[in-house]
Amino acid sequence: MTAAATPAASPATTGEQPGVRLARSRRNAELSLLLLAMVLVAAYGATVEATMLDTVTPDFWIPAAALSAVFLGLHLVIRFLAPFADPALLPAVALLNGLGVGFLRRLDLDEATPAAREGLAVFAGTGGRQLAWTLVSVILAAGLLVLMRDHRSVSRYAYTLGLAGIVLVMIPAVLPGRFSEINGAKLWIKFGDTFSIQPGEFAKLALLVFFAYYLVRKREVLSLASRRFLGIDFPRGRDLGPVVVVWLISLLVLVFEKDLGTSLLYFGMFVVTLYIATERVSWLIIGLVLFFGGAYLAYVLGDLVGGPFANFYLRAEIWLDPFADPHNDGYQLVQGLLALGTGGLFGAGPGGGQPGLLPEVQNDFIFAGLGEEIGLFGLSALLVIYLLIVERGLRAALAVRDSFGKLVAGGLAFTLGLQVFVIVGGISKLIPLTGQTTPFLSAGGSSLMANWLLIAVLLRVSDGAHRPVTGGGGPARGSGGPPEQLHGAPTEVIRP
Amino acid sequence: MPELVITVARFGFLILLWIFVFTVVGVIRRDLFAGARSGRLVAAPRTLGAVAGQAAKPAKVKRGRAAHQLVVTAGQLAGTRITLGEAQITIGRAEDSTLVITDDYASARHARLVPRDGQWFVEDLGSTNGTYLDRAKVTGPTPVPLGVPIRIGRTSLELRP
Repeated sequence: MTAAATPAASPATTGEQPGVRLARSRRNAELSLLLLAMVLVAAYGATVEATMLDTVTPDFWIPAAALSAVFLGLHLVIRFLAPFADPALLPAVALLNGLGVGFLRRLDLDEATPAAREGLAVFAGTGGRQLAWTLVSVILAAGLLVLMRDHRSVSRYAYTLGLAGIVLVMIPAVLPGRFSEINGAKLWIKFGDTFSIQPGEFAKLALLVFFAYYLVRKREVLSLASRRFLGIDFPRGRDLGPVVVVWLISLLVLVFEKDLGTSLLYFGMFVVTLYIATERVSWLIIGLVLFFGGAYLAYVLGDLVGGPFANFYLRAEIWLDPFADPHNDGYQLVQGLLALGTGGLFGAGPGGGQPGLLPEVQNDFIFAGLGEEIGLFGLSALLVIYLLIVERGLRAALAVRDSFGKLVAGGLAFTLGLQVFVIVGGISKLIPLTGQTTPFLSAGGSSLMANWLLIAVLLRVSDGAHRPVTGGGGPARGSGGPPEQLHGAPTEVIRP
Repeated sequence: MPELVITVARFGFLILLWIFVFTVVGVIRRDLFAGARSGRLVAAPRTLGAVAGQAAKPAKVKRGRAAHQLVVTAGQLAGTRITLGEAQITIGRAEDSTLVITDDYASARHARLVPRDGQWFVEDLGSTNGTYLDRAKVTGPTPVPLGVPIRIGRTSLELRP
């Protein structure tokens, strides 16, 4: 299976013949990796059934097959519309998503009565809903790839997207609690009891595009006008304006939506795009100081006055000592830690753990639930896969030619990494626990859709980065078009 | 289901998971180094040592013929050529360079080619990853013989008559 990953043509030959495609498109490598990932998902499903039902039902492969079908569809879209996109992104994300669906289905099996277990329908329960959401999300991602033929075209809508992002962030904050509050965090828009969306997930993407556009225009003034102090270049006071505004917005999110994770995510996203745009370490230092200062202030205020800060104070207290109240406040975190501990090195095997004991195991604690069953050995593989996805995103940012693409890809990749850090750090008691979804694993349509759109953007940017240079950035013209005009120098393509 | 089967499935799954990880890394690794290798496969005069052709005598270098073109032989811009004039050529990722190269290992202002009395000199402009004339690192302004590859990251350039 791995042997099929050999590239179609070796670069030594293509590099010398301008008539042939210059860069390799590597779609075959992507296809074989994708098939391997789907085999893994099917194997996971089979193992779960063997462990829990003591038999493998004849249709254990149906969820994996449904996923394979839709991922193959996306693969075909990439093959034709983004042929030079990164080959590792789609398979890695597909594996995570598939394992998420598999684990949620395993939770459904856990809850179902023994009689109903074998006949569990494909689209039933949380796992089935996640499967359906995956299909929708992947179709959306493919749609984005079809619509957005060049990532630079998005910059035309930057201000619209920025406004939309702020509105999306603010909606849950201003809605009354009964329409927007779940488990103490006001991050939702609820439509009735069954359906709710998390607008912040989409706001993330919209805001990032806006940040990137804004910073591309302002980077000169932000990076050049500065004063040197203690060996670090600090920006002028008035240039701090936007970063302070975003800091205030993220603090407002913290206060009104009672969610540290989301506010950390927005703020980190902005500071890092600022850093990528200006290459000034001082922004990172300013950002960290502001965030920790703000968080500490919220903690102190929560202790003294309570009110909107009480939720954060409680979470910080649980983080400092989860075993102070293991049956009540600290229950979730303690159970998560116990699950990870029970899993040990190799875990209890897929289907062998007791995720039913973990509150919110389908959302925030999916990593702890998985950890109990696949152990440190498996969890570290999952973390490496996240790391690879982030690395591919950053690589695309390095390789792409235009500044806007660099900022968008770098920012999105970093945001994904930060989100994984925030939730996994929360579960493993490294930082206070906040209700973030684990990208691609957790149950939840909003998160899944937003993250698949994010991957679509990364695919598009990496395609733009690796596409051999022809005139503008139009859709794959191969090397037939005229070469790019180089600074007025007369250029021409040598033909064999 | 026998215990043995389940145990095998359990560990088999974990091993398969890591095989997947390493396969992905393998694909990426090939991605990263593929370009760097390709330049070397294109045979270049190997008599050029650390002196970088100061005493240029290799057979392939034809003396007395002036360079008229700069040709990109490997990398993403492969096939591009620039007709040389009197002006210097700047190479780098910066958008105002004469030759804008998109190469992960190139700096914004990477190197420049300067003509002096009909001979072109390559000069590194303090790049992060260095400029190489054939296999030797360029430290100061170095004369560039015809047909000897200048390497910047994954990109190779040659002077041609």
